[in-house]
Amino acid sequence: MTEEIIIAGFGGQGVLSMGKILAYSGIMQDKEVSWMPSYGPVSDERVCSPILNAFDTAVILNQQSLDKFEDKVKPGGYLLYDPNGITHKPTRKDIHIYSIEGAQLASDMGNSKVFNMIILGAFLKLRPIIDNKNVEEGLRHSLPERAHKLIPLNMQAVQVGMDNVKAEN
Amino acid sequence: MGELKLMKGNEALAEAAIRCGADAYFGYPITPQSEVIEYLSEQNPYERTGMVVLQAESELAAINMVYAAGAAGKHVMTSSSSPGVCLKQEGLAYIAGAEVPCVFADVVRGGPGLGTIQPSQADYFQNTKGGGNGDYRNIVLAPASVQEMADFVPLGFDLAFKYRMAVCILSDGAIGQMMEKVVLPEQKARLTEEEIKAKYPWALTGRKRGTQHRVITSLDLDSARMEEHNRALQRKYDEVTKNEVRYEMIDCDDADYVFVAYGSSARIAQKSVQLGRAEGLKVGLLRPITLWPYPTKAIQSLIDKGVKGFLSVELSCGQMIEDVLLACNGRAKAEHFGRVGGIIHTPEEVLEAMKKQIIGE
Repeated sequence: MTEEIIIAGFGGQGVLSMGKILAYSGIMQDKEVSWMPSYGPVSDERVCSPILNAFDTAVILNQQSLDKFEDKVKPGGYLLYDPNGITHKPTRKDIHIYSIEGAQLASDMGNSKVFNMIILGAFLKLRPIIDNKNVEEGLRHSLPERAHKLIPLNMQAVQVGMDNVKAEN
Repeated sequence: MGELKLMKGNEALAEAAIRCGADAYFGYPITPQSEVIEYLSEQNPYERTGMVVLQAESELAAINMVYAAGAAGKHVMTSSSSPGVCLKQEGLAYIAGAEVPCVFADVVRGGPGLGTIQPSQADYFQNTKGGGNGDYRNIVLAPASVQEMADFVPLGFDLAFKYRMAVCILSDGAIGQMMEKVVLPEQKARLTEEEIKAKYPWALTGRKRGTQHRVITSLDLDSARMEEHNRALQRKYDEVTKNEVRYEMIDCDDADYVFVAYGSSARIAQKSVQLGRAEGLKVGLLRPITLWPYPTKAIQSLIDKGVKGFLSVELSCGQMIEDVLLACNGRAKAEHFGRVGGIIHTPEEVLEAMKKQIIGE
């Protein structure tokens, strides 16, 4: 099985590091992974093209990305978005659409930096391709030692994401 | 088994250099390969193994430092991206003439000139056909994954010392910048001075009283000797061609049509094979791993087995296609497809090109 994912948003939202954490978590689960700035498939077999034109899952964090990538989700695929800042919602009927109030939930948790981990949690609820313990391992490997004390907070954020993802269609 | 890590291609190349016991790296930063020297600087290789890492004042200085260290029998490496590799061509021609082993990596970006910092494969001609002056060759290895970025460093050094010549690791901005998992080899010790003296009798290791002095140079004004030197170089290149061709075939057994692609384009074309097979098309992929020597015979064997046409897929306006056409020698159709200027073709575009240009309606 190969899961081809795009995570798209603004600079500073933690998009690249979310991709890296997902890739590292994939390795912890014995998956093959390939991370490209903007693109990142995760697979059980050798990943061939790291350059993708169609995605199994799109994680969308701003309107521009939604406009650009809604059409690129494969029929039957998943689109997960944060409604914060979205003025026109996704409209496709042939894909599964879910939302997660990532920005709001991060602010409720009192730390806007855990935004990307809430999103990651929501993604993993929809696409349970990686176990939580491997996400934790992935964090341990991708964060510098001095940030390891923040791992419990990050895992809590993953749980908040899992608990709050909503079906939109 | 070695250590498993998630790394960028450029970082894997740098770490592999430390672990395979390289003695020195001389370089000058340029996007998209600056992570090589950044990573090396961060890792304190001198403390780890005694490996010297130096940012030279220019690419010209760096390649001539490589020339000198290689002449002393040291495992020495440099890396750059396209415009920087242009600057190194004079040194590489001297290195070829003087038969000095070394490894250099080119993480190609779009050209000509300063071009763009995005991925490209438009330096195929430069690295496989020369670049510098004179009748010489460099072995060219084309990694298609982060793992191969790491694996080809020790392989490159083995080949460089086996044949006393430069080995180019030709990748591009996509392979250099993407992160994948990589299994890193165990740390190998650097050769001692005594081991270098014993293994490399040609190396400049310091003349002792009563011994013949050794000369490493590309210059010889005696035409007869220079002709013989050139003939000897060609015999060596023939040996390399006979022994060192490397390639990978994917889904070629029953293929009617075959993509020929290396590096990042091979990864994309592999996906095109999957898409084509899902539509019932008998397509396969030939991935040259050595671009020089070229897998000419592999193409010919595919024609013998009934392959009717080839699509050479490169991020260029058509360079490797010339080697594919030479191999086909009129016996099968071959054409080029590729996006340029830093744009990367998609698997769908590549399959579409195969259908339009090679398979026909």
